[in-house]
Amino acid sequence: MEPVVHLAGVVAVLGGFPVLAGADLRVERGEILLLRGPNGAGKTSLLRLCAGLLPVERGDATVLGCDLAADRTAVRNRVGLLGHANGLYADLSVADNVAFWGATVGASAEEVAASLDRMGLSGRLAPVPVSRLSAGQRRRTALACLVARRAELWLLDEPHAGLDAAGRDDLDATLRDAAAAGATVMVASHELERAGALATRVVEIVGGQVRE
Amino acid sequence: MTPTPTPSPGRTAVARPTGTRFTRVLGAAVILGMAWLVLFGLFLSPNDEKQKAGVRILYIHVPTAWLAYLAFIVTGISSAAYLVKRTRSLTWDRIAGASAEIGVLFMGITLVTGSLWGRISWGIFWTWDSRLTTTAFLFVTYIGYLAVRNLGGTHQQRARRSAIIALLAVLEVPLVHFSVKWWRPLHQQESVAEGKLSGLMLFSLFVGLIAFTLLYVWLLLHRQRVLAMEDALDDQGLDVALAERRAEGAQV
Amino acid sequence: MSTWRIARLIAAKDLRIELRSRVVTNQVLPFAALVMVMFAFALDNDAVLTRVAPGLVWLATMFSMLVLVQRTFAVESADGALDALQVAGVRPGGIFLGKSLALAVELAVLEVVLLIAAVVLYQADVAGSGVVLLVATFVAATTGLAFVGTLYGGLAAGAKGRETLLPLLMLPVVAPVLIGATRATEAAFGTNGATSSEGWPWVGLLVLFAALFGLGGTLAFGSLIDE
Repeated sequence: MEPVVHLAGVVAVLGGFPVLAGADLRVERGEILLLRGPNGAGKTSLLRLCAGLLPVERGDATVLGCDLAADRTAVRNRVGLLGHANGLYADLSVADNVAFWGATVGASAEEVAASLDRMGLSGRLAPVPVSRLSAGQRRRTALACLVARRAELWLLDEPHAGLDAAGRDDLDATLRDAAAAGATVMVASHELERAGALATRVVEIVGGQVRE
Repeated sequence: MTPTPTPSPGRTAVARPTGTRFTRVLGAAVILGMAWLVLFGLFLSPNDEKQKAGVRILYIHVPTAWLAYLAFIVTGISSAAYLVKRTRSLTWDRIAGASAEIGVLFMGITLVTGSLWGRISWGIFWTWDSRLTTTAFLFVTYIGYLAVRNLGGTHQQRARRSAIIALLAVLEVPLVHFSVKWWRPLHQQESVAEGKLSGLMLFSLFVGLIAFTLLYVWLLLHRQRVLAMEDALDDQGLDVALAERRAEGAQV
Repeated sequence: MSTWRIARLIAAKDLRIELRSRVVTNQVLPFAALVMVMFAFALDNDAVLTRVAPGLVWLATMFSMLVLVQRTFAVESADGALDALQVAGVRPGGIFLGKSLALAVELAVLEVVLLIAAVVLYQADVAGSGVVLLVATFVAATTGLAFVGTLYGGLAAGAKGRETLLPLLMLPVVAPVLIGATRATEAAFGTNGATSSEGWPWVGLLVLFAALFGLGGTLAFGSLIDE
């Protein structure tokens, strides 16, 4: 079975600094992978590289069958990334945001409603502008947008941060369902216990390199 | 498992000059050409009837103007070459950048000498005709291009970004030229300008063109090599940083 | 999804944001009106003001446009939305056209306000015969400005310290629009004896400008916003 993600000796540079210094990684379909590591180790960069946002300086990187060194843009729209920023439009309501991001992949109104429901946003929060939400509520909205996008590979950077207990439960359930439906999930997290229970496999990132 | 870093040029860390036999010969030719130009421009060629000695500024002004446009064309062609070629060779990018730097310099000189000549000949420093205005416009556009080159990122990112900006600039120039031309058709003064130049004056001008073109090529070769060395230095710096980063990983 | 559908989606999103936040109506339009007033302070001569009114309208448009462009991209980079759009694989050509469309609408509103301000503050007269020319000028110029603004705005967005690059890059490029739109507007107004027929060649130039940058922008936008 062809792996969903295959990195070999990948070096990535940001502002002259090698954030990834020869990373090797192999992720199979349906896995929920936990990326652990100290701050500055390169977790965020690894996820961004897999999303096609960070250029590959050296090495081979193949994600969903696309060679990232040759063309970073091919893998896009099959991948969903939840980074440190939420990717939301502050002036629009929760419902408008999720509807917009769903529309970029042609999701129907039902699918958008289902995504909102998934993350507990269907009720009184739906028409509220994002600028008026708390950080945790914004995070949930961002996750709802991710759900609406129906990606094959989910990349999440510290997704639990800022969520309350209910939110975290919703998140875990969503990720398990996604993996069960055939998507692959990569989560970078400091929440070792919770993420550890969720994950099928754990890898360590230190100094821009990956250790199993 | 982890690949060894590929050796990059200049790794020997020895101070290397950018001259070669060719550039030394070329440099000698430039010096000769400039001496020739000084001889003819300042001494041997006659004064113009109307402008007297003021016409001598033309011997610098015209060549630098010609070179400024040549440099601009070279930047445009190199940028296109970078985008078109499959191998994305950074040499094209560096040629474009070096040519732009030299072009800015020559354009500045053109504008200043042109102003002085205008002042001497007709008493005004500036006029809004199409040639002058397009030159001033190009000058500012070049500066913007150089600013874009310094935005940072990997060499490839820099190359692609600036190549696109350069090509957009090429697109704009005819638009600016024609809009200014329609706006201010040539004044009377212009038509009198390049009117009557005697044989010897034309010859001096010709010498000037050749000397300055040689100078441009010489500057371009050297500057392009310096840029290549700077890029190689960056790559080398990356190897060092990589080694440090991996060491950081090994310690944990 | 076709590029055109994406463009409509993005344009609708941008305009909806404007409707909710009202930044253009509450901040940019007052700024533009203020610029017109300050011109009067600086030029201090009624006859001169009437004579140069067309130029001042377009000049004020250019300056206000800098703010508009920065705003349209600040909305994207504030929370990493532009990154998210790229990861979503939304075609950059579609993003470009969509944002240009929204920007054009905002510019159009701006220009109408400025035109009214010119008529009121500078006593500019609009000859009746010049209305068609005036409309054509505004449409062509606005389209060109929207394309250029979106293109260079995309480049200037993103990393910090780049916003200051926008005026340096954009203003030289819009010089032909400033010249062409002003001359055509003068012809439409009948200022200084210019007739309508003199304005149409300028409109042709504006259309050419818009076409070139529309095409160039659609092709180049993706590469310029890529980090």
